[in-house]
Amino acid sequence: MKILVPVKRVLDYNVKARVKADGSGIDLANVKMSMNPFDEIALEEAIRIKEKGNAEEIIAVSIGVQQNQETLRTALAMGADRAILVVATDDVHNDIEPLTVANILAAIALKEGPSLILCGKQAIDNDFNATAQMLSAKLKWSQATFASEIDVKDEIIRVTREVDGGLQTIDAKIPAVVSVDLRLNEPRYASLPNIMKAKRKPLEEISPADLGVEITQRLKVIKTKEPDSREAGLILENIDQLVEKIQENVGG
Amino acid sequence: MKILVLAEINNGELAEDQTSKTVSAAATLGKVDVLCASNQCSDASTSIAKMENVENVLVLEDELFAQSLAESYSETLIDTINSYSHVFAPSSSFGKNVLPRIGGMLDVMVISDVSKVISEDTFERPVYAGNAIQTVQSLDKLKLISVRTSNYSAVPSTGSANIKKIGCKGNNPLTTFIENKMQTSDRPELTSAKVVVSGGRGVGSKENFEIIEGLADKLGAAVGASRAAVDSGFAPNDWQVGQTGKVVAPDLYVAVGISGAIQHLAGMKDSKVIVAINKDEEAPIFQVADFGLVDDLFKAVPEIEKKI
Ligand SMILES: Cc1cc2nc3c(=O)[nH]c(=O)nc-3n(C[C@H](O)[C@H](O)[C@H](O)COP(=O)(O)OP(=O)(O)OC[C@H]3O[C@@H](n4cnc5c(N)ncnc54)[C@H](O)[C@@H]3O)c2cc1C
Repeated sequence: MKILVPVKRVLDYNVKARVKADGSGIDLANVKMSMNPFDEIALEEAIRIKEKGNAEEIIAVSIGVQQNQETLRTALAMGADRAILVVATDDVHNDIEPLTVANILAAIALKEGPSLILCGKQAIDNDFNATAQMLSAKLKWSQATFASEIDVKDEIIRVTREVDGGLQTIDAKIPAVVSVDLRLNEPRYASLPNIMKAKRKPLEEISPADLGVEITQRLKVIKTKEPDSREAGLILENIDQLVEKIQENVGG
Repeated sequence: MKILVLAEINNGELAEDQTSKTVSAAATLGKVDVLCASNQCSDASTSIAKMENVENVLVLEDELFAQSLAESYSETLIDTINSYSHVFAPSSSFGKNVLPRIGGMLDVMVISDVSKVISEDTFERPVYAGNAIQTVQSLDKLKLISVRTSNYSAVPSTGSANIKKIGCKGNNPLTTFIENKMQTSDRPELTSAKVVVSGGRGVGSKENFEIIEGLADKLGAAVGASRAAVDSGFAPNDWQVGQTGKVVAPDLYVAVGISGAIQHLAGMKDSKVIVAINKDEEAPIFQVADFGLVDDLFKAVPEIEKKI
């Protein structure tokens, strides 16, 4: 089977987001960008499924600016077989909404016919946690979110999901859209030879219009502000003082 | 405006705190109806009917909804949902699972993790692990909103809503439920506890985590954990606090052996009072803590427990 893995290029998770002074958004000029950590996990899982002999091809897709090429090269170096770049904007500050992303991915899925789409459960920039679910609905496929364990069988995929109360296991009929959680695996680093090899792997560039998808924006961002900040407090001298502070604030 | 709240009910058991806080957020716009879909609805619907500002409780009792699987839930309820102008759900694993699927079906963008309802079309939500707050205006006719419940208080149980049964048009399940491995505990629920004691990688092992649990029990607190502690197997996944775990805002949050990464802060920095115990005086957690103690946790925590 084929596996499709969408990968988003986001502000690196180690970099603190800075709100632009005019309140128009987060400053993304000259900052380190990386593959969304959850997408890295999704891709790693796809590679492992392929290594076990349960998949033949992995296609990585990225939607956004031209520079998302770099993210796709990383995906190819990790182990994706080919990549599709959908250039949907020329401004890195223009975040494409999950609903549009789902429309684009659904169009690609209809063309490519994957049996499985593995998505990160959320992008660490907009924190929407929505693309996989929307995509699954658009395709009318089965949906398994927040996976911490995946077992591909013949016609079904068994997924253990991280839910609020603990863990839930479900069987999802293939084709399926699965969103992955942090504990599913630890992504590999691309080796130097694989980075070199990735340069020769196919990377196709298309536009949303090629897929017949229109970029829409349903949520107008009116402003972006810093959260209320907390002041650093008091460093206490000893345990007795701490006990006192705890007691003051319990049931207070 | 017609407002619907999707109650979270797990196998017949109402997630009362989450549901009530979601009603509270929705009620800033007006009276609400609450959809109560589960395999057993009588207890849940009775509790919901008492929630202030609830007008009607719509009851749909069917085995199909025992686990609120996304496909059957959204498929069956889509017409009901689509007859409202606003649909709210808690931003829990239930709400995050079903609401965007409904959005995909109806071609409506979901407004996730809303921390403040400003008007009928304008909302605030945290982005970038809470490092920024965005004000967004929805251009969709239907508003699908998941609520960051830690920002709202539960509504009082002074109401008396009508309970109405509604019809159900069946479905075609794509997924099958196999099993749940749920943590059961006598401790308060993490997301609604007044006091939370959390442990991080510094705690060192699952056995050592008993030190954290001991202090928590002495304080009548819920137990939380950092991702590092969960990944290392010191604590179960449902204890994780942070950007990708639970968001908590208790009166008192005690962070033990936790460095204070932005992803962890995202889940607890709205706590009223934060106390941090860490042997590294440079740990970033001290920048958000109201009270800090620079000490070895293995010495400090047992002593604190004894003295309380
Ligand atoms: C996409 C993504 C999402 C994430 N989501 C989350 C999330 O939801 N929640 C979360 O918590 N993390 C999350 N993380 C991980 C986060 O970045 C940090 O790695 C994690 O929070 C670190 O956990 P920690 O503070 O327990 O461990 P560390 O950073 O290793 O800190 C351990 C601390 O313990 C102290 N310590 C050690 N021994 C002792 C002792 N004997 N006495 C006292 N203090 C001691 C040390 O000084 C240190 O400060 C996420 C990361 C990514 C990439």
